Amino acid sequence: MTGVLAAGTPAAVPPALMDTVQVTVLILVAAGATAVVLTRQPVRQAIVLSAYGLLLALLFMVFQAPDVTLSELTVGAVALPILLLLVLAKVRKREE
Amino acid sequence: MSPAARRWAFLIAGSGLVAFYLWGLTGLPGFGDYPGPYGTIINQVAVTQTKATAVVSAINFEYRGIDTVGEEFILFAAAAGMSVVLRKLREERETEPADEADSRTVPPSSSAVRVAALLMVGPTAVLGWWLASHAQASPSGGFQGGVILASALLLIYLAGEFLSFRRLSPDALLDAVEAVGAGGFAAIGLAAIVMNLPYLYNYLPLGTIPGAVSSSGTIALISFFVGIEVAAAFTAIVGELLDQTLLRSA
Amino acid sequence: MGIFPFLVVAWVVVAGLYGIVTSRDLIHQIVCLIVVQSSTYVLLLGVGYVTGGAAPYFFDIPLHTKAVDPVVQALALTDVVVEAAVTALLLSFAIQAQKRFGTLDPTELAEFKG
Repeated sequence: MTGVLAAGTPAAVPPALMDTVQVTVLILVAAGATAVVLTRQPVRQAIVLSAYGLLLALLFMVFQAPDVTLSELTVGAVALPILLLLVLAKVRKREE
Repeated sequence: MSPAARRWAFLIAGSGLVAFYLWGLTGLPGFGDYPGPYGTIINQVAVTQTKATAVVSAINFEYRGIDTVGEEFILFAAAAGMSVVLRKLREERETEPADEADSRTVPPSSSAVRVAALLMVGPTAVLGWWLASHAQASPSGGFQGGVILASALLLIYLAGEFLSFRRLSPDALLDAVEAVGAGGFAAIGLAAIVMNLPYLYNYLPLGTIPGAVSSSGTIALISFFVGIEVAAAFTAIVGELLDQTLLRSA
Repeated sequence: MGIFPFLVVAWVVVAGLYGIVTSRDLIHQIVCLIVVQSSTYVLLLGVGYVTGGAAPYFFDIPLHTKAVDPVVQALALTDVVVEAAVTALLLSFAIQAQKRFGTLDPTELAEFKG
């Protein structure tokens, strides 16, 4: 996080490459969202949500927003699936 | 409403929504053609005005500090609301997990998981603390650092040491830390009013080197308070849900 | 790449809403709500992007480099963390609904009155 080379700024990246990367990750995010919605079992959906959070974090990084990437990584890929799995454990126990 | 009727209603309403959205899109400049003045102005003045090199944190805790107070209190209210909603019902009683599992045993967590999780608790806690206290220098800040601190405590639970997790995070301590975090933020703003300045004015010395740990005045302090509040709120939320798995209806 | 990110936002919103409308499980509905919320982050960051702009952190790049809009990043940042806490509150409502009514199916829950 500290001491990053100045050569990493987008001025050093050709704009066509940046465009391609952004379009690719956007398509992956759209596919990921469809996958999360179409997974009907909540336990499997929690895992797919974690992968979707990772894809979103990648998208935010490509959009030049490292702070939002950090937040989305910790929350969307870690905290939310854990909350979901804990709630599912509670709900499934009652159904037994 | 039958599922088929529901799908037809959604199709009609959804196409109306998309039509309005596309109509609104025609008025927007394309992706990347940023017209507005605020972004460019803040990028040019923020570093010299606040001596903080992370402009996003400067906006969060200084230029738009009042919004962050509101967001932090949403977090506080959500954690408090959970403990109200998940109160014990009349016909539920607490049971020990061992009482429930007399016919089957809890599978012991593998040693690899335990060792890996316990080894990562220390570095994760240090990372979270570092992030919460360096808001003004690099991509970091109270919110991210707080969640990482909470996940450091959560790693103890994931390593299989549920009782240690509960002992390390008693409800009274979590409530106290949350209150100190939320109240500290509000108090820093009120201290500015006491000094005849506007609410949340940056009255601490700004330092000379942009981005050093001691520069940028109240930004670093506020970020630290936000960090401990977020950590306590998330640990309380997870603790509430874990307690729920112990309750049984009579 | 004129408006492609905004079309992706529309797709994600419609997909999430479809999931909410045709769901048979309260927890599946809550996760679809998370998906709808995530589309707003993409919209915010897409509106603030500047072609060829760097991230707005000036500790290693010279002070007047062209940078993307930091205001929308500040909004999205707090948004992500607060959304998790509000989702936790929604999930606790789902737990209580299952305790009182014994079912997590929204179509069956709608039939209870009072």
